[in-house]
Amino acid sequence: MKALLVAEYRDGKLLNSTYELVAFAEQLGADSVMFLVGSENMLPQYDGTLYLADSSKYSEFNPVVHKQMLLDVITKEQPDMVVFSHSSYGWDLAPRISLALNAAHVSEVVDIINGVPVVPVCNGKLRREVKVKTTQMVVTLQSGVFSLDVEPSGSPTVVPIDTEVAVQLVFCGYEEAETGGVDLSKAEVIVSAGRGIGKPENIEMIAQLAKALGGEFGASRPVVDAEWAEHNRQVGTTGQTVSPKLYVACGISGAIQHLAGMKKSEFVVAINTDKDAPIGEIADVFVIADLKQFVPVLTEKLVNIS
Amino acid sequence: MQILVCIKQVPDMESKFKVNADGTWYEGTDLAWRMNEYDEYAVEQAVQLKEQVGAADVTVLSIGPERVKEALKKALAMGADRAVQLIDDFAYQKDPFQIASVIAAFAREKKFDLIFTGMQSQDRGSGQVGVLIAEMLSIPSITTIVDFSFSEGQIVAKRELEGGIKSIVKTKVPALVTCQLGLNTPRYPTLPNIMKAKRKELLSISISELLKVEGKQETAKMYFPEKKGGGLVLEGDVGDLADQLIKILDEKIGVLAR
Ligand SMILES: Cc1cc2nc3c(=O)[nH]c(=O)nc-3n(C[C@H](O)[C@H](O)[C@H](O)COP(=O)(O)OP(=O)(O)OC[C@H]3O[C@@H](n4cnc5c(N)ncnc54)[C@H](O)[C@@H]3O)c2cc1C
Repeated sequence: MKALLVAEYRDGKLLNSTYELVAFAEQLGADSVMFLVGSENMLPQYDGTLYLADSSKYSEFNPVVHKQMLLDVITKEQPDMVVFSHSSYGWDLAPRISLALNAAHVSEVVDIINGVPVVPVCNGKLRREVKVKTTQMVVTLQSGVFSLDVEPSGSPTVVPIDTEVAVQLVFCGYEEAETGGVDLSKAEVIVSAGRGIGKPENIEMIAQLAKALGGEFGASRPVVDAEWAEHNRQVGTTGQTVSPKLYVACGISGAIQHLAGMKKSEFVVAINTDKDAPIGEIADVFVIADLKQFVPVLTEKLVNIS
Repeated sequence: MQILVCIKQVPDMESKFKVNADGTWYEGTDLAWRMNEYDEYAVEQAVQLKEQVGAADVTVLSIGPERVKEALKKALAMGADRAVQLIDDFAYQKDPFQIASVIAAFAREKKFDLIFTGMQSQDRGSGQVGVLIAEMLSIPSITTIVDFSFSEGQIVAKRELEGGIKSIVKTKVPALVTCQLGLNTPRYPTLPNIMKAKRKELLSISISELLKVEGKQETAKMYFPEKKGGGLVLEGDVGDLADQLIKILDEKIGVLAR
């Protein structure tokens, strides 16, 4: 069994998720080689062959060009599996590779049971085992699931690669995240509002509870997209990563992209009307209640105590 | 300008799911169905583009059983011009490769200038169909867009990356984009537009006319994740619940002892 691991570079830096790919290959007991569009100046700590293309020449994102270089490496190495992170880079490139190889592509793998990939369905409410009918397979791995037991080490044997394929897409650079205002990453208590708050006026209720607990309020993505809260309050993969002592999730289902931002919280309280909401899986206390009734009562009691 | 929007109908994610009899998907009965959230952004962007360029025709397409007509009608009421249902009672058994092949087969002759899809479906979440359609049609695709503009045959889109960073990407049409949450604010169909939509074309074609390939993967087994337990579940009167929670917070983390 041989795996080709597709590492990632962002803004001149190697992404840590690269080591999740290594951990995955180790868990499978697979031999591996790595592919990266990056730079000599920042190589992964990896004990194996690294096919390296220069990101200053081919840019960090160009699916057409990266696809061609990857296919060249695949032809040479003949891996059984091509492994990506389930990231903006991975889910863009992986389908292109799977189609070119005529191979099955399983997205967002969270486990491998007896060689069979397992993926979440319906926001993580269900799990699905996928039977792959092709000999080669492409997978993207959900972030944070596979991790190395020991610190990564080693230095790769670098094989430089090039291509002359024409470009259809033009990458024009990055736009940084909005900053300023609240810094949730420093808050000890965060009370977050999810879509379950129902309407923008109810943000106030969440803010009041946060205040009563001496913390800040955060939000899930739909709340931010609807402009009920500012972007810098969004917790999750595309928002902030937080690690407070106490995280209170109000009307948040617990989609994987939200969990990714808050699972380092020490103590998690979830308030939800749906007993089966995936947030229940990681909550230390799961309060089954309508937040519109429960939150004001809780806030009032807290205010009266202090 | 010819525009295609691909939409899927999915269950409300707050539904109480059950695994079906052969254990390979969720039971479809007793669920509330709606348009896939990501696809609402796709429909909205297509309609906005039509409003911008004037001379445009927006076709909305969905694969599935009779009920998907509801999602198509919503898209018509949002401003799409015509709808196509590819009838398939077993769409849930098709893999992303088959679904994309069918859509590409439909789109190939029609020479769409722009194709919009959601970045993923809320139920299966594979996130592959859009890119696969584009690759099959040999046109460029841009994924996970949160900003879109079009002028003189060129698209400039912002792709969302992790951690709130965006990247700016340009390409020429014909092209395909996959839409992410927050791209725009999908409009609610107004009553007059719902009435108008009733007179728009809704064509139904059997999927067998377009499906020519075997799947590369299938669901072997579907189940609920094992409950890890550990967490305390509280239920009952809100006043009691609040007292219990305050006591726990005080004992466990002393949040009140500030
Ligand atoms: C690439 C990508 C990146 C993403 N990045 C992020 C991110 O950074 N952060 C993020 O949060 N999401 C992110 N998402 C979106 C994510 O997948 C979910 O859509 C989102 O987290 C859902 O938010 P929610 O839990 O508030 O809403 P929903 O999933 O709609 O859940 C609402 C919950 O509220 C409960 N509820 C309803 N009414 C009440 C009531 N009266 N009382 C109590 N409970 C109630 C419901 O039971 C339900 O569980 C991303 C998605 C993608 C594809």
